[in-house]
Amino acid sequence: MAGVLVFSEKDDIALELASRSKELKTSVGGKLAALVLGRPDAERAGRLFSYGVDTAYHGQPDIPSDSAAFAQAIAQVAKEHGFDTILIGSTRTGKEVAAMVAQSLGAGCITDATDLRVKDGILLVDRYTFGGSTVASASISSAVKVIAAMPKAFPLGAPAPSQGEIVAFAPQLIPTGTNVLQRQDRQGESTPIEEAEALLCIGRGLANQKDIPMIEAMAKALKAEIGCTRPLTHDWQWFPESREVGLSGKKCKPTLCVSVGISGQIQHTVGIRSARIIAAINKDKNAPIFKTADYGLVADLYDVVPRLTKKFQALSK
Amino acid sequence: MDIIVCIKQVPDLQQIRIKKETREAVTEGVPFLFGEMDKNALEEAVKIKEKSGGKVTVLSIGSQKLRDTVKEALAAGADEARIMVDAAYDTLDSGPKVSLLGAAIRKIGQFDLIFLGEGSADNYSGQTGPRLAHTLKLPLLSYVKQFEASNGMARAVRNMEQSLETVEAKMPAVVTITSGINQPRIPSLMQILRASKKPIIEWKPADIGVAVDLPSQRQISVVSNLAPVEQRKGIILEGAVEENLDTLVNSLVKEGVLRS
Repeated sequence: MAGVLVFSEKDDIALELASRSKELKTSVGGKLAALVLGRPDAERAGRLFSYGVDTAYHGQPDIPSDSAAFAQAIAQVAKEHGFDTILIGSTRTGKEVAAMVAQSLGAGCITDATDLRVKDGILLVDRYTFGGSTVASASISSAVKVIAAMPKAFPLGAPAPSQGEIVAFAPQLIPTGTNVLQRQDRQGESTPIEEAEALLCIGRGLANQKDIPMIEAMAKALKAEIGCTRPLTHDWQWFPESREVGLSGKKCKPTLCVSVGISGQIQHTVGIRSARIIAAINKDKNAPIFKTADYGLVADLYDVVPRLTKKFQALSK
Repeated sequence: MDIIVCIKQVPDLQQIRIKKETREAVTEGVPFLFGEMDKNALEEAVKIKEKSGGKVTVLSIGSQKLRDTVKEALAAGADEARIMVDAAYDTLDSGPKVSLLGAAIRKIGQFDLIFLGEGSADNYSGQTGPRLAHTLKLPLLSYVKQFEASNGMARAVRNMEQSLETVEAKMPAVVTITSGINQPRIPSLMQILRASKKPIIEWKPADIGVAVDLPSQRQISVVSNLAPVEQRKGIILEGAVEENLDTLVNSLVKEGVLRS
């Protein structure tokens, strides 16, 4: 028996995976199941079922919050119930869970998938290669296929009330020897940038940390979250890593992305590629960012950012 | 402390061009280098060696140019290198690659830590570290932004999306390193010259007890690999600034992307 098993440690991502798996199931056949952490209450279970999940498996006792434990539980459910397509949310945790599940089931695995589809009966998975320059479509030839899909890769479908079953199971967990001593939540973070409707991205064109308030003022006028390129988080540490946009940072899908002082190297632009409209400001008219922009303004950001801010403020009055 | 650092050579991404007609990536003639996170992993290992002694061995699997690329790692402080070279190795998928790495690590035998970057610079797939930990049955400390080892224990701060986690495990352990952890050194001319005397040992699969032809065990087949079609308007505003600012704002209003 074939079937699709979805897992994410984040409920909302699990629903995205389920939304797409509903279509996938018609090609793959079999059931659509989800592995959930903790016993789902009626509301949580109802949400999963309304997005197409037939069966929700929950580990008893609770599965400890550890990638290796998640991976062992997923592998056991897949083996026992014959799920051959395993779809996981490609968060940091999800990526390593996917890799470990694949290793233990002898499966091929593609992480950070941006899309998937069935063509002539073959499941094709898209992911970026060469730092984001290209998108590879690949098939997985192993009997079990493991795919970790990016958060937001699949739109949330329309929920339709449906009945499903909740099945408890007792995973055999082998301790991996890694102990969590402390978990400290990151403080003071606003909307995650990957969920922002409007995004203002800032790059090395910003000459001084003192100038960040100027950018914040424009972001406020645009009701945008601030994202940035890698050097601003890693080399200069002006912004927390959670604001890095790009291949090793966040992939964002805003309605509007305004790019300021960013040259536009592929490792960054891969993170804004899904924006509906991109407006870019750079003083170098040959900057590659203009090739990915809908609107490009060749100008000095220090001249135009304050002026644009005023114009945006005037609009919202 | 003996540390194995697994590094991957990747084509210099800045130099990859896209063929306009076919949208294919042109990699011919593009030089190879190590990814930034690989350099961070190596730097962390070398720092530990400088503090508490031991040896840093670089392990790498790749195509023809690998011997040259590995010299960079020796110049940056590694003591010796084990390499496996085959034209097919650059595109090996994670499963078969980990079979090779695992066998090579068992052959090296003596080690306290295995370091890797959290992902490679070209694909950032992030599978090698977790798969390696699983196959070697070793604890995994991943996405590490702070690391220390003492009295047989490895202790690390993991950089997760919403939290920082302090974790520990008994050594030997597999550790994947994030880029914030350190600033990799730039080797001096003397170090580069000295690196040429450091041993680079090349192994064939038979040397490490691998009998099967791993490239043929491929589980991932790439059907197409093309640059995405950019469907951008490409309206460039140059010259009269005030006029351009109004044009830009009006355009964004018309697009309906400004939220009032």
